Amino acid sequence: MIPEIGHFSLIVATGLSFLLAIYPLIGAKINHAGMMNSAKPLAIVQFMFMMISFSILAYSFATDDFSIAYVASNSNSLLPIQYKISAVWGGHEGSLLLWALTLGGWTAAVAVFSRGIPVDALARVLAVMGMIAIGFNLFILLTSNPFDRTLPFLPLDGNDLNPLLQDVGLIFHPPMLYMGYVGFSVAFAFAIAALMTGRLDSTWARWSRPWTLVAWVFLTGGIVLGSWWAYYELGWGGWWFWDPVENSSFMPWLAGTALIHSLAVSEKRGVFKSWTVLLSISAFSLSLLGTFLVRSGVLVSVHAFASDPSRGLFILAFLVTVVGGSLLLYAFKGASIKSRGKYGLFSRESMLLVNNVLLIAALLVVLIGTLLPLVHKELGLGSISIGVPFFNNIFFYMVIPFAIALGVAPLMRWKNQDIKPLVSQLTIAAIASIVIGILMPAIFADKIKWVAVTGFTLGVWVIVTSCMEVYMRATHRHTLLKGLTKLGRSHWAMVLGHIGLAMVLIGISATQNYKIEKDLRMVPGDEVVFADYLFKLDGIADADGANYEGYEAVFTISKNGKFETEMRAEKRNYFVQRSMMTEAAIDWGVTRDLYIALGEQLEDNSWAVRIYYEPFIRFIWWGGLVMSIGGLFAVSDRRYRFVNKKIAAK
Amino acid sequence: MNPRRKKRLSIALVIILGLGSVTGLVLYALKQNIDLFYTPTQMIEGLGEEKVRPIAGQRLRIGGLVLPGSVKRSSEDLKVRFQLTDNKGGIVTLEYEGILPDLFREGQGIVAQGTLKSATVISATEVLAKHDEEYMPPEVAEAVKGIQHTKPKYGNDTK
Repeated sequence: MIPEIGHFSLIVATGLSFLLAIYPLIGAKINHAGMMNSAKPLAIVQFMFMMISFSILAYSFATDDFSIAYVASNSNSLLPIQYKISAVWGGHEGSLLLWALTLGGWTAAVAVFSRGIPVDALARVLAVMGMIAIGFNLFILLTSNPFDRTLPFLPLDGNDLNPLLQDVGLIFHPPMLYMGYVGFSVAFAFAIAALMTGRLDSTWARWSRPWTLVAWVFLTGGIVLGSWWAYYELGWGGWWFWDPVENSSFMPWLAGTALIHSLAVSEKRGVFKSWTVLLSISAFSLSLLGTFLVRSGVLVSVHAFASDPSRGLFILAFLVTVVGGSLLLYAFKGASIKSRGKYGLFSRESMLLVNNVLLIAALLVVLIGTLLPLVHKELGLGSISIGVPFFNNIFFYMVIPFAIALGVAPLMRWKNQDIKPLVSQLTIAAIASIVIGILMPAIFADKIKWVAVTGFTLGVWVIVTSCMEVYMRATHRHTLLKGLTKLGRSHWAMVLGHIGLAMVLIGISATQNYKIEKDLRMVPGDEVVFADYLFKLDGIADADGANYEGYEAVFTISKNGKFETEMRAEKRNYFVQRSMMTEAAIDWGVTRDLYIALGEQLEDNSWAVRIYYEPFIRFIWWGGLVMSIGGLFAVSDRRYRFVNKKIAAK
Repeated sequence: MNPRRKKRLSIALVIILGLGSVTGLVLYALKQNIDLFYTPTQMIEGLGEEKVRPIAGQRLRIGGLVLPGSVKRSSEDLKVRFQLTDNKGGIVTLEYEGILPDLFREGQGIVAQGTLKSATVISATEVLAKHDEEYMPPEVAEAVKGIQHTKPKYGNDTK
């Protein structure tokens, strides 16, 4: 009975999304206040019903209701409770429900927190979000209903959650990623609503900006979390595989990053407006494309989900409708958008243009690399795969102009910048960066690799120029200390965002070039020396858990004859799903991670062992975290609160 | 030329130059990094209408089922040899050194990346097994369709 309430709530929510898509829009057209005002309660009530539906699914998981097919195939009575809850989004149906719930949440949030926005604009925005909700809710109801029953022959116990997903990282990773993906629907809705009326001014950019930033923060966090999870859970010691599934989260991120920069220009200077609209449409379209690629199973991916073609067809149709419809609207109305304001060749505007062009170029590279195998196969030319070096090489060449421009851009003024006074400063910064860039591998590694030096130099360059910029702005009118406190939050946001990227660059350069990896055959008592560390396999013992049986290998690590640490790597065999899992042992540090993954047991009591030495790998995730924090600073800038109050007071 | 046109010209030039170099870079990188996918039978018989066989030294991807009983491990190091087959009966040998994925088992579908050593021997640099019980790479699924029910014919009588 209870699952049927969940199913019924979902149907009610779908009905409400139909109302939300149509009623306020007509109201805005005929200028009927009551109809426009209905958008807000509709959005909130729709979210409540989605919440009921989702909670009931979660309740069914918690109470082991295996009469529901989805619960039976993704949970098990032995599963610990936190994984039972996260199993709700461990499979296809549930993760779509989470998608739709997130969309409902964003819609309700826009309804509640957009007090400053005129009623007709808000009605249009919410109506557009309602349209998206129709698509997703219908998709769930028609092709992937999580409440389908297994009655009358219900299984005694469930099929268990995929052991790879039984992890704390996977509790948070999908919800965060979805918050990001779906969050771009707000920017999209604002853009479409603005196109409908043809009123695109800097206030539009100001409304859209905080929402876009929040979405970007979540997406950044979600990607970082996913990368971290892949690192410690998959046992391959890598942090990014250019897998189609990863790419499909990276593409909206690139578009979103371009969008938050372009929105800043549109808000402050009133230029780039039609470009910003196009980016808003692109970012969300890429989120949908990502969902399509992951959910339809058209791609050959090592971590593709179990999938079914009819679902793919539905999302494809939805994707075509959304992208085609919005681009058509853009084609008709986009030409009427006029950007006022001029800017010189050396100005912050033109630097941000460079930023956008490079981000979009990177986006196209990822798009080509992800979709080409698909197109190639559909054309009947045979299956191909595109190797990791393709992405790595191109990104190496593209990040060079990107980072150089990124260092210079904050020093430029809006409109026009006299380049002469900057030249000497930039020369000093460049020399300093190159020197530090060469010194870093000289200190931390045994040989100098030029690819790594390039990466370090670029990272240091961004940090040095950021510090110079902060110093310059802070001492412009005040003393340094007083000046630092006077800088706005969005200024710190920019600084943090850029320094975060620099940290990522340094981390990537170090790991990609100085990582050491070895597959070994070891028996207890064996020793191996590895990047100054001595690894000794002490022994291997049984280590069983609630729903698995396993082995645990204990290693003692010493450096220069001194005991450093003890590491325990595990191999688990989950009996319900009959699958083997590697639980890697990781000893983390600021300058390096040591990583041991246990392979299979071989004859004569020996084991296959894989050992990694990964310098500075933490910088990649810390950098991502710093970037996200930067985004949060931007959202909390006084400007948005102030504007809201001012308009509300009117 | 007036300054405005000059500015436009320079912007256009920058964009054309940028696009050109990116396209060139992408095409070059693609040429280096596209790997064709073969099934064991395709490797023996050739791919497509022209029946193009891979040549020794070529990088490629191969997918198929691990032939039961064919996995031979070295007793000193992590070298391993095994055979792959598909629903058309082709058999090729793979050589690999390193740790096999957790889900690698005899009779299961895998995809490997590597270079061709001789007509039917591949030296693999990477072996990927399917990630969970339900999922199988689409190409492998196609290549081994029906193999669980009918025993593959080994030997020379390829269909």
